[in-house]
Amino acid sequence: MTGIAMPAANPRILARRDEIVAGLRALVPGEGVIVSEDERRAFETDALTAYRRMPLAVVLPSTTEQVAAVLAFCDREGVPVVPRGAGTSLAGGALPQEDAIVIGVSKMTQVLDVDLASRTMRVQTGITNLGVSAAIAHEGFFYAPDPSSQLACTIAGNIAMNSGGAHCLKYGVTTNNLMGVTFVTMRGEIVEIGGDAMDAPGLDLLGVICGSEGQFGMVTEATLRILPMAEGARPILFGFETSEAAGAAVAAVLGAGIVPVAIEFMDKIAIDICEDFAHAGYPRDAGALLIVEVEGSPVELDEQLARIEMIARQHGATSSRQAKTAAEAAAIWKGRKSAFGAMGRISDYICMDGTIPTGRLPEVLHRITEICDAQGLKVANIFHAGDGNLHPLVLYDMNDPVSLAKAEEAGEEILRACVEVGGCLTGEHGVGIEKRELMTVQFTHVELAQMMRVKEAFDPNWLMNPAKVFPLEMARPSDVKVAA
Amino acid sequence: MTDVVSPLDEAGVEAVVRDALARKAPLATRGAGTRAGLGRPVQAARTLSTERLTGVTLLEPSELVVSARAGTPVAEVEAALAEKGQRLAFEPFDHRPLYGTSGEPTVGGLVAANASGPRRVIAGAARDALVGIRMVTGRGEAIRSGGRVMKNVTGYDIVKLAAGSHGTIGVVTEATFKTLPIPESETTLVLEGLDDAAGVAALCAAMVTPFEVTGAAYLPAREDAPSCTCLRLENFESQLRYRIGALEAALGHRGPTNRLDFPTSRALWREIAEAAPLLGPEDRLIWRISVAPSRAAELVAKLRPIIASHFYDWSGGLVWIAVEPSDDACAAVLRPAVQAARGHATLVRAPLATRAAVDVFEPQAPALARLTRAVTAAFDPEGILNPGRMHAP
Repeated sequence: MTGIAMPAANPRILARRDEIVAGLRALVPGEGVIVSEDERRAFETDALTAYRRMPLAVVLPSTTEQVAAVLAFCDREGVPVVPRGAGTSLAGGALPQEDAIVIGVSKMTQVLDVDLASRTMRVQTGITNLGVSAAIAHEGFFYAPDPSSQLACTIAGNIAMNSGGAHCLKYGVTTNNLMGVTFVTMRGEIVEIGGDAMDAPGLDLLGVICGSEGQFGMVTEATLRILPMAEGARPILFGFETSEAAGAAVAAVLGAGIVPVAIEFMDKIAIDICEDFAHAGYPRDAGALLIVEVEGSPVELDEQLARIEMIARQHGATSSRQAKTAAEAAAIWKGRKSAFGAMGRISDYICMDGTIPTGRLPEVLHRITEICDAQGLKVANIFHAGDGNLHPLVLYDMNDPVSLAKAEEAGEEILRACVEVGGCLTGEHGVGIEKRELMTVQFTHVELAQMMRVKEAFDPNWLMNPAKVFPLEMARPSDVKVAA
Repeated sequence: MTDVVSPLDEAGVEAVVRDALARKAPLATRGAGTRAGLGRPVQAARTLSTERLTGVTLLEPSELVVSARAGTPVAEVEAALAEKGQRLAFEPFDHRPLYGTSGEPTVGGLVAANASGPRRVIAGAARDALVGIRMVTGRGEAIRSGGRVMKNVTGYDIVKLAAGSHGTIGVVTEATFKTLPIPESETTLVLEGLDDAAGVAALCAAMVTPFEVTGAAYLPAREDAPSCTCLRLENFESQLRYRIGALEAALGHRGPTNRLDFPTSRALWREIAEAAPLLGPEDRLIWRISVAPSRAAELVAKLRPIIASHFYDWSGGLVWIAVEPSDDACAAVLRPAVQAARGHATLVRAPLATRAAVDVFEPQAPALARLTRAVTAAFDPEGILNPGRMHAP
């Protein structure tokens, strides 16, 4: 079942497999080159599990120099490369192809340097997102971007996808917390970009590498901004009769000059599913709920939450529950954080990721319901309300190909609706293969051609993670020549 | 004498760029010209000004977003935001006092220079607040990147490339920024009489407290005043009372302190956002150095023989240095020292001849320079936009 096409494998590369593997073995010793079918199978998909492709071989280098040697080899031999962090992409960003090798960063996990006074840290990019925060937690510091997959996902993947998380309303996304990288080009050059000094002059290549979905080169080390932990944090939970009322309350909180660290939204279906699973004490009689979290000293928390509560009440909050203890706070978050898992327990789903201007929330929610009703599918809405990043979960049955096709069609319509109201196709998951063909909805051909020219400036032969991001028809070197 | 054209809309900008492209004639670009002293001199018979592309096009306080055409005065955007209780969090840097220019800095110039002020230390740079642009590339094509939402990973982040590109990849015609609420009040804690090393250490110590210091600058002693280590707090009145007390408790043992009231604090940071603490004789040459705060004071100690005046912003991560006039602006001394400290330096004020002869921006390693050239060529294959503005051609 493949609604999304991948290019046919290049038979000339397949025929040379043994020779290519031998070449790789000469560069990366021992178990760093994975060839057996059993072991390769672990790399055949990412978190978009409906799509699988067995890679030609998998290479797990231990050093930047090895990465450079492997890339230079592949460039010379014309072998496509699919870079891989932990393979948690929901968009198929790490999906291999049969004629490509996967290069993973999983053996490069060290913390290289911590400069607390400067609030920076240097890591190898195979370290997990949570691993970064864990390494500095005893000093009272943390790394801010916190994608839901943070237990598993790597900094390399976070940089490739410019990952966000629940707390980016206050702290920004990866690009706002990334200061420098060691970048390896397809030619095998090792380039230092940025560092622990702010705002490197010259074109902001760091800014465009972040979020390039592994299509420019590989990032093996990174300098990250780290932050001191807040004195304390506390969530409050509000129930509302309608999604519209909840949306209006969000706008009023922001309009009143309060920027919480997180504002999360769930609709009625999501509330029921999460409550069945987590028993978090969510209000089952509510049509929508908000979780609002603020940071500060105990006195500051009381004061901010009182302000927020007053505003929520004015906008029709029917119930509210402030966490009085750490256990109560954890319970409030438990339902939200286990939402995708809880959903997976009752049904297969596809998770969309469009962003909309928050003012258009009620009409977009209405439209999402209409779209899914028309396909006869249920949808649960969970999202980061402060920044308009929607996560509608369209429920379907994986064993029924018709149901999957309907879900994909509904998903596509939802994303078109997001773009129509001034939003975008993806807020934090990336385009990958999943939304590739929809790029023409958001961008003109001139805009897509310009982006492809930027790719060619880094990777003229289209070997880095090809067949992603751009419509398959467009994405080939001959279409957009960069003047020499 | 250069001929200045000021189109009225984006289509007009496209026409001017396409004309230059057809003639393969270099084109300089500017907003109101208040930052014209920044960068290497450009040889171009024609200058494209965006100053007539004006107007705030979107203002949605509940979505924390504002859009304006490139020629809109920054002051106009800030005033429109202030009416709604919001602001640009990166505190736009105003180059006028530095260059003695007049006129109103524009949104386009702000983007081109990625010009951030003191609050950059906690709130991010202009490029971090920039969520969307419209731009005419050096190919004469109008494109958009990003949008009006703050979370957007659809396609490559060309927005970031445009910020700080000094007009070398395209002419930005409209920009959209994330905004933030203006806090109810502000105050500044000043520690007096610390030397450079102790002052920067105090700034760093303040930045790792949870009290959200929004300005961290060290002003060296003058004849009539002791050195000032300045720490700004902005928040609701009631939270400020708690936080300044807590900050003073954490740092007060380092030196005598005093607290600035709201108007005094605001005036001080306005001056820092114009590099006013540095301004002296107009013929002094000025460098702006980025370096990790932990290595800042040591770097300044090394440069002491050439320093005429200096101060630190961004917790020590930004060092402003003025030197006496010389042919190479002391680059021969300064560049190796900055590189050894793994920082980078920009010569922000010097006569034209000096800026033509000395690297204005930090020289790039060969591989990085090659990538920069390739990416620039992807937008401007003929090299017509501000050729030589950033690096010698």
